[in-house]
This record gives sequence, structure tokens and C-alpha cells, in this order.
Amino acid sequence: MTTANEALTDLGVRELGERLAGRSVSSRELVDAALARIDATDGAVGAFLKVVPERARARAAEADARIARGERRSPLDGVPVAVKDIFLTKGIETTCASRILEGFVPAFDATVIERLEQAGAIIVGKLNMDEFAMGSSNENSAYKPCHNPHDLSRTPGGSSGGSAAAVAARQVPASLGTDTGGSIRLPASFCGVVGVKPTYGRVSRYGVIAFASSLDQVGPVARSVEDAALLLSTIAGHDPRDMTSSARPVDDYLGPLEQGAKGLRIGVPAEWFQGGLDAGVERLVREALARYERLGAKLVEVSLPHTRYGIGAYYLIATAEASSNLARYDGVRFGLRAAADRGLKEMYSETRERGFGPEPKRRIMLGTYALSAGYYDAYYLRAQKVRTLIRRDFDRAFEQVDVVAGPVAPYTAFKLGEKTADPLQMYLADIFTITCNLAALPGLSVPCGLHAESRLPVGLQLVGRPFDEATLLRAARALEREVGPGPAPAALASASGGHA
Amino acid sequence: MALSLEEVRRIAQLARLRLGPEEEERFAVQLSAILDHVAELSKLDVSGVEPMTHALAAGEGAPLREDAVQASLPPDVALANAPAREGTCFKVPRIIE
Amino acid sequence: MPVQDFQVVLGLEVHAQLLTKSKIFCGCSTEFGGEPNTHTCPVCLGMPGVLPSLNRQVVEFAVRTGLALGCDVRPKSVWARKNYFYPDLPKGYQVSQYEAPICLGGGVDITVDGQERRIRLTRIHMEEDAGKNVHDVSADGSSGVDLNRAGVPLLEIVSEPDLRSVDEAVEYLKELRAILVCLGVNDGNLEEGSFRCDANVSVMRKGATEYGTRCEIKNMNSFRFLRQAIDYEVRRQVEIVEGGGKVQQETRLFDHERGETRSMRSKEEAHDYRYFPEPDLPPVLVGAELIERERLALPELPRARAARYQHALGLSAYDAGLLVADGAVADFFDATLAAYGKGPEAAKKVANWLTGDVARLANEAGAGPAAWKLTPALLAEILKLVDAGTIGGPGAKQVVEEVFGTGAAPAAVVQARGLAQVSDEGAIEAAVDRVLAASAAEVERFRGGNVKLMGFFVGQVMKETKGKANPAVVNALLKRKLGG
Ligand SMILES: [Mg+2]
Ligand SMILES: [Zn+2]
Repeated sequence: MTTANEALTDLGVRELGERLAGRSVSSRELVDAALARIDATDGAVGAFLKVVPERARARAAEADARIARGERRSPLDGVPVAVKDIFLTKGIETTCASRILEGFVPAFDATVIERLEQAGAIIVGKLNMDEFAMGSSNENSAYKPCHNPHDLSRTPGGSSGGSAAAVAARQVPASLGTDTGGSIRLPASFCGVVGVKPTYGRVSRYGVIAFASSLDQVGPVARSVEDAALLLSTIAGHDPRDMTSSARPVDDYLGPLEQGAKGLRIGVPAEWFQGGLDAGVERLVREALARYERLGAKLVEVSLPHTRYGIGAYYLIATAEASSNLARYDGVRFGLRAAADRGLKEMYSETRERGFGPEPKRRIMLGTYALSAGYYDAYYLRAQKVRTLIRRDFDRAFEQVDVVAGPVAPYTAFKLGEKTADPLQMYLADIFTITCNLAALPGLSVPCGLHAESRLPVGLQLVGRPFDEATLLRAARALEREVGPGPAPAALASASGGHA
Repeated sequence: MALSLEEVRRIAQLARLRLGPEEEERFAVQLSAILDHVAELSKLDVSGVEPMTHALAAGEGAPLREDAVQASLPPDVALANAPAREGTCFKVPRIIE
Repeated sequence: MPVQDFQVVLGLEVHAQLLTKSKIFCGCSTEFGGEPNTHTCPVCLGMPGVLPSLNRQVVEFAVRTGLALGCDVRPKSVWARKNYFYPDLPKGYQVSQYEAPICLGGGVDITVDGQERRIRLTRIHMEEDAGKNVHDVSADGSSGVDLNRAGVPLLEIVSEPDLRSVDEAVEYLKELRAILVCLGVNDGNLEEGSFRCDANVSVMRKGATEYGTRCEIKNMNSFRFLRQAIDYEVRRQVEIVEGGGKVQQETRLFDHERGETRSMRSKEEAHDYRYFPEPDLPPVLVGAELIERERLALPELPRARAARYQHALGLSAYDAGLLVADGAVADFFDATLAAYGKGPEAAKKVANWLTGDVARLANEAGAGPAAWKLTPALLAEILKLVDAGTIGGPGAKQVVEEVFGTGAAPAAVVQARGLAQVSDEGAIEAAVDRVLAASAAEVERFRGGNVKLMGFFVGQVMKETKGKANPAVVNALLKRKLGG
């Protein structure tokens, strides 16, 4: 049984879908295999904040019945997935990895959850993350840390650490995360999986607990570009409940996937190869670029001169928005309440003091400061102007190229605890991913090999024109064909064997 | 740019956070370091640059909602997560105006 | 009196609830009242993960109002978050407009003591209402929060500090309210709080050029309270200045029971609202077509209507003012004229009824024209019965009274109550003879030159005929009999 489960959990979404369609396997078996794998490995990984076995099994039975009736809804029908605990799930506790939302049970599903379930996907649980998606290592989860399945002493990256770790650990074939400054791409790079941050406005944010509203986007994590494209096709598209979701039609992501890199113009920004970029990471990224050239793509040097201002602009804009988004956690209508016997003001301050961890508090403080009287122009307004300059950098580059390529992060997965003492050092992990969010562009991370010394995965980042996810995915697929998928989780070989 | 303890307290008050003494000290140091990094932005000439207030291009977004009433939540659902309630009100400590 | 040495400077901020069916950012009903939190959903409860979805009607109402008030309606305006903590504010911020409101400038024309003045507007912006705090919901003195009103759409209309007296302030509010009601965007109800006003009050010595420090006065939900509150506040400020003190800029609450204003404890702490552009809502774009559509659909505004009544129909300024004060009454007036006849004479007659007996009946019933059984067609019919001599003035009064309450056909009422006017000379002559025979002394005095007694004779004949005699016939007969 164990070997059979192991085999099933190694398969990707498309393949599982095909087997379900061919009725060589049932959704119930897939869900059981995923649950067994989670059982066996999550003690070590910590990817899940909550697993919902009964609900998943019940939904799997429904999917099996549908498929038996010949009413298969989509290639995802009956396939187990998991979602970051930032998405509201009706009837399932949703905490955003914060104490302030402990026990919070939403009355409705996020639009992306609705779309996944409409397509027949089976949600098996809610994934670990940095509290309110604030962090780059998943160490800011109020509940437990998450470990990198390739080296349990290291972080999976953040904030969607659980989303990447669960997929890398073969607990689920795919997951959803959110990306505000690199929160899908960084963990995808660290965990050796594919992670996509769509164009701002491509995927609905309704029902996604807000961190920074003008930067947050929902995206898929999977072990192949094709699976990521499949999930993205499922969740993308206009939602009348989100006025910032684009009304333009969704492109076909799967059709052009195998068209290769020939003729593609790939921009290589000099600014992405500076600033403490690890030599081993750089070598893999350059190798990937060389492969593209061999595949018939043209490399073009481009300049993104305002890259270095990205972190500064980001930490003003994101924290300002966050300080306002997190004001609703006041102990009145939901969530934690403290010191209600000491008057209203005490209740507010005490609830928020106890409910928020250090990182949300730090960001609320910074954002409140950036917006406060006398500082708005110097901080928030200036940051928004810099944001315009960063967007213009990309606009100029895209006059010459179709995608921009470079590293996702300056390094591979770092040790747990390595950067927790100095918040600024942690923030700098996002230096290459953050401008993509500021410019509202689509970006992704696709595995480009293992670091020569650490043998840890390294991701290549591709950033595209607004709403041109199709080209990004096609480019990523071309590389994936050359390099192959990310590595199997070596660190878990014993863990799963031991529990079997 | 160094943030004084005074300012840390003022901001914490605005943000309704009760920070402990060590927390105040720690935040003063950490936020000062972050603000130092952010000071980089002031070197840029942004005169004449429009701020990017919204991430979605103008006109790209959703059409406006038509004015039609939809069902509200039953009160028990609306209040399901309430830490305290009285009747169908959210109950809070006495409010003094 | 030192108050005489001071000039009052007032600016008003009006919050007018827009007459939409659903809230500004969600589909919940805007209906007033209801059990607490029964008109709520995740959006207006400010639950985690929700997003606002803007009601088109709100923008259209704002554009309509801006056009009617002569504002510069902006092609692009921006939503902003106003951040502060309060239990009735579920998200911890109010979605409003700040740096780029939908309307700039404009004004409201008022007439006080025969003087015309234009009160300039600073701006008009759209925003969401907050919920309601309910005091003492339980024995332990706790408060409750009811979010039924949270997210109801408001227009905030801000005037320049152009008002120089309480009378001007009241006139401005009445005029503005009449315009909003006429536009169909607001119901003008002060008591229920759908038309609310805050006043910025300051005083300066007469002849001074610099405004004094202002205080914002809240909670004045009637014109009477507005007068009381401003009068009190002006006296308070003058006293402070006269005593060599300085007025503190603050928000003050009007206490109706004590008739005074007091500092609001909850607003004591210096406010820093940290406004910033609302990232969840794209800017509001108002295209030329919307402006054109709204411009073409603008109704005739009360002031223009009153001017037309005066110039084209010859009504007095007073009557015209009374009629347009309630747009529905003016509509009734127009419709009655359409059914009855054109010209100043007809207009005068209809106006007399509407500002006289009908107004009294409406007042007693406490209802507007929509609730009356009397319709324009019925009133026109009654007037025609008078013109035809079928009923006289006193009869008409009775018919109006009955039709107002029942909506019965006027002719049937005349018949049922026997109110038909008697014009038959023979019948009236008998009555005249009886009256003259019974009033020998008066006849003597009349013939002696006291012609004023004619009125007495007419009255007696009318009494004798139970008011049904045609007065013209009575007059003619009396003159003949008395040898006039
Ligand atoms: Mg307001
Ligand atoms: Zn609602």
C-alpha cells in the first residue's frame, strides 16, 4: 500500500486527472494517499495548519460519483490540493497563521476556493504561512515553523512556505499561495517547485485576507509548469466582487505551452546580478539563460535602474496598506478579544497587542508612521512615485523584450533562525522579486537546477508584460523541458519510510 | 533616521497597540534601521512623477454594480464569530461619547 | 451686548443619505430600522477578506447633485481611506474621498431678508456611513454595535465659511434640502438622520479680516436645534474671546436637553486620520455620456420653479415659495393647472387652495400629496364646479374636505350633501324678502346711507339659504330690492 501511495503522490495534476478520467484510480484513493503522506511527513515539514480529512473524503466520494456518471467537471476534478490559510474557506477555520484569528470560521468561500471546488478539486487542508503573509521564511507563523523538505534545518521561504513545502514534499500535487513581494516565487525557488504570481488584477482577491491590497495576488504552486498553468486557468478571470480584478478575457495558457523558446527575446537586467547574489545561484541562472539561447531565444541586455529602490518603496507602501487592512482586528466582531473588562480602548490595544505577532506589529508601526501627519509626502507619496519609476523601467524594457529573466532570490534556502534577529536582512531576501509586484506584472519561478555546493534548488525568475502569463508559462516550460522538474525531497525519504 | 521612544509611543497609540517597554525599545531600533534604508528613496528626483496610486490600469477594472438588494446574512451567521453579543448586537465595553 | 461686536462665520457640512436601494459597497438593503445587524453581510461587517463593490447609482446621484449645484464634476475622482478606531466603524477606516472628490466648487443661492446671496460650496464627495452604537444594551452598562447603517451611501456637501448668521444657515439648509429632495437623491429627513448637518462655527470682531478658531458642532437633528446650538456656541466663543481667552479647535456635541454644546470626550485625542488612496477601489471615471444623460434629466429646481410661478403665472413670491418648498406639492400644483386651465387667474385660484385649505388638511393628516385621496384631477373638477356656479365658496370648502379624505367624485359629494348652489331667482327672492322683512331697522339705516350694511344682508340671506344661494344672484336681488 505504501509504495502505491508513494507512487500516486509523486504524480502531477494532469496525470492524476487522466487516471481519474480513465478510472484507473479513484479520487478517494488519491485523497487517502495525500492524507497518508501528510500524516507521514508533516510532523517533520509543518506545511499544514489544518487538515480536513472527513470533508476531503466526502468531496472525493462526490467526485468519484460524478466521474462515474461521466460528468467530470475539469482536469482537476477529484484531484487533492491544499491552500494557504489566507483564503477564506466556508466552515473551515481560517487563521492567516495569526493568534488574532484563532477559531475564526468564515461564512463564505474566497472566489478562488469557489473556482477550485467548482472545477472539482478536493481541498485537503490549510497551509502554513507567515502571519498575515508577512515574512520571507515562514518563521513568522504564530503556530509553528515550516521546514524545507530538501533540508529540514532550512526554511521553505515565505510567506507561502507551506504552499511550496507541501508540493515539494509530495503531500499534494499543487497548491495556492499569495504573492505580495515574492511570497510565491521565493518559496517556490527554495523548494524547487514552480510558482506563479499573476498580473495584478488577473485573479480575484475576494475572500483573500488582505496584507497589501495594491500588491497582493493569488497564484498556483505545482511541480510542473503545465500543472501551474492548469491551476491558473482555473482561478483566473474577472470577479464582480473584486473591483480591481480585470475584465479582460483570460488567455489560453495550455495551448501555447509547448511552443518553445525560439524567437523569444529575453531581457537580462544587469541590476539583477548585483547586490550580494550568491555565485552558485548566479552560475545556475546564467546556465539557464545560455540554454535559452541554444533553444533559439535572443538574450538582450536591459536596464531596470530603479531596482535598488524597490525594497524601500515596497516597505512603505505595503506596510501603509497593511496598517489600515489590519485595523479591523479589534476584538469587536470576530477573532480574539482581550481585556474587555477594562474599557473600550484597553480592549482594542490589549487585543491587538496579544493577537498580533512581532512582524505584523512592526509593519503596522512602520505603515502607521509612513501615513501619519507630516510624513505622508516624504514616505508614502514618494514611495508611490518611485513605484511609477519602477513600472516605467519595465515598460521600457518590454519595448525590446518579451520577458525579463534573472534570479528569484540572492541565495538558496537559508537556515531557520539565520535572519530572524534582523528584520531588514530578512526584507532583503525579496530584492529581486519585489519590483514585479510594485509594477503589477506577472512573474514566476521555475527550477533551474541544484546549487553546486548545497545541492539545494534554485529558481529562475521570469517577469512578463501585463496579462502576458501565456508567454511566461511557455518560456518556463521550454526551460523545464531542458532542466527537468525540481528534485524529490531527499530529506523526507527516511521520514516517510519510517512512518510507513 | 532615528525614531525616538516618544514617537514609537505616539504611533503605537495611533495603531492601538500596547507595546511593552522592551518592545518599544526594540521597535525604536529596528524601525530606525528600516527608515535609514528607506531614506535611500529621498535621493531620487521624483519631481513631476505621478504617484502610482492603483495597480490596475485605469478602465481595466470591473464595471460598477447595479443597485439591487441582495439577501443579507441571518443575524446568527453575522454574529457567529462575535466574541460577545447581546441580542443581535455585537457587545462591547461601554462607549462614552 | 458684546455679541453685537462680533461677526459670526459659519460653514456647514451636510451628510445626505442617498436614496439607493442597496448599500454603497454591498447588496444589503438601506432600509431604515430593522433589528440590529439584520441588514448586514461580510462586506459591511468588515470581515477579513472582503472587498467593496461600488454601487453605480451612488455615482449617478453624485453627478446629478453636482450638476444641479453648478459644481465642476470631475472626470476622475479617487476613493480614500480615513483611518480611525471606533466600534461603529467595522473596518477601522471609512471609505471616503479626500484629495480628489467627485465635485469641486458650485454653490447654493439663498434669499434672506430679501437679499440674494450665493453660498459657495467647497466640494461634494461620496462616502459610506458608519454603523450605530447602542448604549446600555445590558444591565452591566455595556454598549452594542448595530451595523445596519454601516455602508449606507452618503454625499458629504461642504460649504465655504460664507454664512454670516443663523438665519442664513437655516435658509441654506432648507434650500439645499429642497434641491436634494427635488433631485430624488435624498428624502430630506432630519429626524431619522438621512439629512444631517455639522456646523463649523467661529467668531471674529466686526471689521477683522482673519477668521477666529472654529469648533465643529455635531448632533443637531432639527432646524430648531441648529439655531439653539449655533446661538449657544456663538455666545460661548464670544465670552471666551471677551474674557481674553482663546477658543480651542475641537469637536463639540450639541446636547438638546441642556441646550448647550460640550466637548466630545471620544474625539479628544488629536486626530490623525492617515488618509491614503483606497487600493481596493479604482478611481471613479465619469464620462461625458453620463454627464450629458444626467444633465438632460435634471428636473426644474425649486428656485427656478418659484421664479417661473412668479413671472409666468403671476403668483406672489410668498405663494411661490410655499408651493416649491415641497416639490411634490409643486408637482400637484402643475398637474392641477394642466387639468384645469392656464393663465394667472387659474394659477391664483389653484395656489389659494393648495396654500390654504389643502395645506391645512395635509398638515392635520401629516402626509404629503402621495398619500392624499385628493388628486390634481379631482381638485380641477371642484374648481370647475365653482366656475360653473354649481357650488359656491362655502360648498367648495366642504367638498374639498370630503374629497381629501375619501377621494369621492366631487359631483357626487355635492349631490349627496345637497351642496348645489341655488341660482334660481324665485327661490332666492323669497329668502331675500324674508330677510328684509325681518330686518326693518337695518333696511332703514341702509337707506339712510349706511351702505356697509349690504354685507350684513348678504350674510343673512346666505344663512337663510344654508350657504347655497349664488352670491351674485343674492347681490343683484338685494340691490334691486333696496333700491340701489
Ligand atoms: Mg464625512
Ligand atoms: Zn452588506
